[in-house]
Amino acid sequence: MLGKPACNRRGELVKEMIIQLTTPLGDEILDLRAGDRVELSGRIYTARDEAHLRMKAEGIPFDPKGAVIYHCGPVIKDEKIIAAGPTTSARMNTLTGFILDNGVRALIGKGGMNSTVREQLRGRGVYFAFTGGCAALAASHMTLKGEHFPDLGMAEAVWIIELDHLPLVVGIDANGNDLFEKVMKHASREAQKRE
Amino acid sequence: MQRREPEDLYKALATATCRAMQEAVIYLPADVKRVIAKAAATETNPVASGEYENITKNIAAAEHLGVPLCQDTGVPVVYLTLPQDVPFSPVLFDAVAEGIRQATVRVPLRPNVVDPLSRHNSGDNTGNGMPAVHVRPGKRFLVTVLPKGAGAENVSRIVMLLPSQKEQIEEVVVQTMLIAEGRPCPPVILGVGIGGTFDSAPALAKEALLLPVDYMDAFEQKLCDAVNQLGIGPMGLGGTTTALAVKVKIAACHTASLPVAVNVQCWANRHATVEVNW
Repeated sequence: MLGKPACNRRGELVKEMIIQLTTPLGDEILDLRAGDRVELSGRIYTARDEAHLRMKAEGIPFDPKGAVIYHCGPVIKDEKIIAAGPTTSARMNTLTGFILDNGVRALIGKGGMNSTVREQLRGRGVYFAFTGGCAALAASHMTLKGEHFPDLGMAEAVWIIELDHLPLVVGIDANGNDLFEKVMKHASREAQKRE
Repeated sequence: MQRREPEDLYKALATATCRAMQEAVIYLPADVKRVIAKAAATETNPVASGEYENITKNIAAAEHLGVPLCQDTGVPVVYLTLPQDVPFSPVLFDAVAEGIRQATVRVPLRPNVVDPLSRHNSGDNTGNGMPAVHVRPGKRFLVTVLPKGAGAENVSRIVMLLPSQKEQIEEVVVQTMLIAEGRPCPPVILGVGIGGTFDSAPALAKEALLLPVDYMDAFEQKLCDAVNQLGIGPMGLGGTTTALAVKVKIAACHTASLPVAVNVQCWANRHATVEVNW
């Protein structure tokens, strides 16, 4: 599927490929590069701080092989997803290792993650960025399929969601390329120039 | 003259607060949409352009479906302006809280308000000191709601500069964004409060977010340009625009002080004002 025309670094119009992926994910994700645009379909699982802690203590309540975790605390009403944008992934920096060790292949969130997670992803998984604040758009690409840990409350429970072509960007690839790190290195250099 | 009971005031203000909250979380103000459209049109980075595509579609989807733009429907910050004939009483605060409770069910809003230590969630977006209500005199009886999300609030800062450090104000603003990285969902709007006291400077910074963002004076533009030099871009993925606007509010301060507060706001600079018919 071809995306709409965009400009490359030289300002030329290019037709950008949008890569189509469906869960469960396998080795195809190892070929992704930071900056690639992707549309993801299939089943994913939301998890924030409390869900990670619970899964660490009690085990993962779904098959983690090839699974995708979405850092998200949605708004649900009458068993429908009303709003489901990403939350700040960095809060899960210290809680992600065991998830990947169990076979989870991708994370979706916003803001990126630290160098520990970048290394944990190497050779086995990727981090997708979804646009922060785009909760209505996200909900329009989602169907609710179920819930784990309902006692954690709406924001912290694990929600099972079926995705239909959610538009994402590869933020960290399986080769250690990290778009967020690259951007912040540039920002730090710009800030140093001011001194 | 028609006699007006406290119950009428309570009902009218609760209804207006609920409506303002509903409007704020679903529809972005026109000036905010204008600066986002301008940033999208001038962006040259393809990844950033993709982010604007999502943002633009999201704004339209929220309006079309009548659902919140963002699942973080924030904590309620409320500003009341009271004409002379509106009595200042606890009824005002109770009514605002009731409006927030109504909006939590009706919109719906995500229950975000917890006890800071036990982390117990009240379930209705109210709690001790929440909603935060600011009251001031005014010609019309208005309720303004500013739902504040945590991603951007968490990277906001106050710095107590010294009077000799006026030149460092720009540095405080730029450093705030450098420390924030992509976490506050850029492109951001920065509210800057200069002067006042340790507590009032951040309040000014937050109020600055209510000013029209499609106009900046020379000082605000200079701060904005300095931030955009960082290239953090939408969501920290790189791009031309890191700050859509910087807005400054100023108050008098102690001769030995120079408080500078920066309240960071994501691109969804949500706020709405409703007149209370009482």
